[in-house]
Amino acid sequence: MRKIREFIIEKTLLSSALITVAVTVGIILVLAVEAFSFFREVSIFDFFTDTEWTPLFTKKHYGILPLLTGTLLTTFIAISVALPIGLSISIYLSEYAPRSFRKTIKPLLELLAAVPTVVYGFFALVVVTPFLQQFIPSLSGFNSLSAGIVMGIMIIPFVSSLSEDALFAVPKALREASYGMGATRLQTAFKVVVPAASSGIIVSIILAISRAIGETMIVAIAAGQQPRLTLDPTVPVETITAYIVQVSLGDVQHGSLEYKTIFAAGITLFALTFLLNTLSFQIRKKFRQKYD
Amino acid sequence: MESRFISEINGKKNYSNTMSDMMSEKTEDAKTEAPIAEKYKLQTKDVNVFYGDFQAIKDISMNIKPKSITAFIGPSGCGKSTFLRLFNRMNDYIEDFKMEGKIKIDDKNIYKDKIQLEQLRKEVGMVFQKPNPFPKSIFENVAYGLKIQGIKDKKLIADRVEKALVQADLWNEVKDNLSKSALTLSGGQQQRLCIARTLAVEPSIILMDEPTSALDPISTAKIEELIHHLKQYYTIIIVTHNMQQAARISDYTAFFYMGELIEFDKTKKIFTNPEKKRTENYITGRFG
Repeated sequence: MRKIREFIIEKTLLSSALITVAVTVGIILVLAVEAFSFFREVSIFDFFTDTEWTPLFTKKHYGILPLLTGTLLTTFIAISVALPIGLSISIYLSEYAPRSFRKTIKPLLELLAAVPTVVYGFFALVVVTPFLQQFIPSLSGFNSLSAGIVMGIMIIPFVSSLSEDALFAVPKALREASYGMGATRLQTAFKVVVPAASSGIIVSIILAISRAIGETMIVAIAAGQQPRLTLDPTVPVETITAYIVQVSLGDVQHGSLEYKTIFAAGITLFALTFLLNTLSFQIRKKFRQKYD
Repeated sequence: MESRFISEINGKKNYSNTMSDMMSEKTEDAKTEAPIAEKYKLQTKDVNVFYGDFQAIKDISMNIKPKSITAFIGPSGCGKSTFLRLFNRMNDYIEDFKMEGKIKIDDKNIYKDKIQLEQLRKEVGMVFQKPNPFPKSIFENVAYGLKIQGIKDKKLIADRVEKALVQADLWNEVKDNLSKSALTLSGGQQQRLCIARTLAVEPSIILMDEPTSALDPISTAKIEELIHHLKQYYTIIIVTHNMQQAARISDYTAFFYMGELIEFDKTKKIFTNPEKKRTENYITGRFG
């Protein structure tokens, strides 16, 4: 009797694991098949070199570059906000803050990541953009600047929390060695602890970038829906994710080339985040060998 | 190696009292009890340490002479490490830590509010139980203490790094690989690197907290030999679990038990004719 129970439990656990893998494989397969049929009609060369993305207009262009720049631009702005703030927070929490303060503030910070992104998007559109317009009158209603800034606030906990874990994991012995030679807290933090935790910090940054690239709601709401090849943060742009939302919600005919564009865009996005996640995985693996 | 250390004495300028100290050391050998009238490097008076409600150190007064090796022995949890870490104020980072009494180094109270922690720790170096080199190159490890003092002169840094590595008896093993990561060294080499790193700052006191407990016998022997040589320039205080080690390398031995200093005397006396029964029981292995 017991044996049967064990058997059932084991197989149930196994099947849940297999289902997850199967779903992932299924998604990649669908993406690949649809993207493949897209690339039979549009050459890969055009896809990566054409500077216009107008699949929904009469004069059709299928250049991913405007969407890619839109994605990278908002991501860049987000990281520019999240990196200095997140790192400062993590160094403060790990090296300076009393333990009780650290215990309270860390979960609070992680709440930032729990706020629904639609709230952030709305916040960017109706609060941050009007606020920024006081200083930059030429700022359009939809722009990558406020979307990027708000996205940066959203990913602060990704940087601060993971970096703080990495900093905190640096052996106490290294700090003592540094203090023991007459180093101040600041010197110890920046010359010993941060370098020793650098791989963990890099991983946190990569994961934050990956999160920003995949972020959809904020950019769809606040950055606009105009695919445009520009590095100007004050004008409307469109990210890959925002485009996918636009088409998915629209009345594009199922199976048409326009419909297939979202798979081509999707697989580009997937390739990007997959690359980043693999990179962070490799760095983390190397990091693990360092201290046992 | 002998000759190298002799040349090191001559090369060392900032210890002008070397000769007089060595002489006092000699005359002192003839007597059996510790002299009182001598100038001490380190003095503690009625020191009590509390962690919250727990009293870790009970009323310890002790005087340590310059350029001597003092060993702290005693069973685990007897307070010897805590006591050692008072001398460079390493316990300050522990929450609930509280200290009473006086600790003077070169007649200066190191627990006065105005004392500069960084300055104190340049004067009082520390070597830890587990080798803890920074994940940096060998050179950068030794240069660290100088760089944080703001020394920029590359030539000076290189000279001091070499001198420290020579003093720590590691130079010949690493001189061709100074840019290699310190983590590639063996445990014994890492510990000598940590000693070199401490020496580079040119302290006058070196605290060693069980420096060989994580090492194999051969590395241990090397470090002991090194400690013996370093005595010429530094006041060394070493915490050890290994009674043979205390007997081999130290001039004075302090036996701690339950936060109290039971006995403090010349090592020879402690190990051959201790005053207290408890000391005798411990060193003969009857408890601890």
